Amino acid sequence: MDRSEIREEVLDILKDIAPDEDLSDLKDEQSFREQMELDSMDFLDIVMELRKRHRIQIPEDDYVNLASMNSTVEYLEPHMSDIERV
Amino acid sequence: MIRSLQDDQRIVITGIGLTSPNGNSLADYREALLAGRSGVDNYHIRYVGDTLAGECDYDELRYQKRREVRRGTRAGSVGIYCANETIVDSGLEWDKLDRSRVGVYVGVTEHGNVETENEINEIKAFDYDTKVWSHHHNPRTVANNPAGEITLNMGITGPHYTIGAACAAGNAGLIQGAQMLLLDECDVAIAGGVSESIRTFGIFAGFASQGALAANEDPTRASRPFDMDRNGIVVSEGGCLYTLERFSDASKRGAKIYGELVGHAMNSDASDFVMPNPVQQSKCINLALERAGLNAEDIDIVSTHATATTSGDIQECTALRSVFGNAKKTRINNTKSFIGHAMGAAGSLELAGNLPAFNDGVCHATINVEHLDEQCHLDGLVLNQPQEVGDVQYILNNSFGMLGINSVAIIKKI
Repeated sequence: MDRSEIREEVLDILKDIAPDEDLSDLKDEQSFREQMELDSMDFLDIVMELRKRHRIQIPEDDYVNLASMNSTVEYLEPHMSDIERV
Repeated sequence: MIRSLQDDQRIVITGIGLTSPNGNSLADYREALLAGRSGVDNYHIRYVGDTLAGECDYDELRYQKRREVRRGTRAGSVGIYCANETIVDSGLEWDKLDRSRVGVYVGVTEHGNVETENEINEIKAFDYDTKVWSHHHNPRTVANNPAGEITLNMGITGPHYTIGAACAAGNAGLIQGAQMLLLDECDVAIAGGVSESIRTFGIFAGFASQGALAANEDPTRASRPFDMDRNGIVVSEGGCLYTLERFSDASKRGAKIYGELVGHAMNSDASDFVMPNPVQQSKCINLALERAGLNAEDIDIVSTHATATTSGDIQECTALRSVFGNAKKTRINNTKSFIGHAMGAAGSLELAGNLPAFNDGVCHATINVEHLDEQCHLDGLVLNQPQEVGDVQYILNNSFGMLGINSVAIIKKI
């Protein structure tokens, strides 16, 4: 996956986790929490979905990297570059 | 002798919120019961396959965001719907109410099986790797979940918990709410029962293994207590939560009052895991009558627990015969024949369906009785068609469960 595909994948997960939110104007540089109603359990959902969908294990110390779309894509790029988006 | 209590020791029902397989409000539900309309339909669940169930179609987004529905459990969602509906119905000024004085007491037959089954099914696809076991599992399966979700949704900071009481739970929740009002633990109690049981394959498989799961070509004819052709239980989901208040508070604010809980009793069979005990059931009924200061002949309508298992139906009818054998005016009906067995919600739903009789003077029927089992014969049985009974003053509601738990509630017209 390239960066735009990883972004789409993360967006897809966010749509499931926050089904009431309109994510069409999500600002990639701004933190998710400033733009959406997300709590710690929701962030764990992001981690869990990446684990389930792509077998990516994110260590707890790295959770801080999932703060915004930009930081998430940045963090995931080396982990997902070899994965085909289906 | 009718007992005499101070008004602050009298507990009354001032609101009803419910969802049943044949109605999502008391008015719709009552209309279905009088029209003879079943809520049972075909149903499919993993591993068990095609079966029958009573499924609710309430609007879960009326009081929850989609995010909340996703986060919580079905029992929680049913509870949230019923709790909001009962408070709206009560006419309480919710925004001005001290919510630290509201208690939530929710009867459940079981809780957690649905989520645990879902998670096991999920990790099966990952070769049972528990690293994909959901972090939502524990908050969804703690036994207080359905009651706790109600407090989260409605901002209630008073006490909340569930009452695990097998299929007596609906009555048990109601009784618990009343007792907490009497103990001054709260000023408003949201009390009754809920069930998500049709979402767990285990309950269907368990009843099937027990030879107690109903089957019928026509789903609407599958739940048939007292009938010779009955072949078991139809599992259903649903919920019914009452708003309970002290009579002194309710009358002060001019509340609409559905009825007063004038008698209740709970006891145990201490005799078998699953086989009911008619001696203990009749003792429970008599204890409730005694506490209400009533005789059997005073009861206008008995709402039975009967689930359409041969032994269970006969045992309850034996108990009823011993108590109401000489009660000429007492009418006897059964709501499960319409909606199946709503488990934790059964007791509260079945009572609710009968409460409008205080106003319309009609006893709804027990449907699907084409060949009455003579061992279930009771003079007062109202079969297949509703019956005009005139002035109704007292309704007695039976609710029994596995491990020999019995509960009886008596409601008086106000």
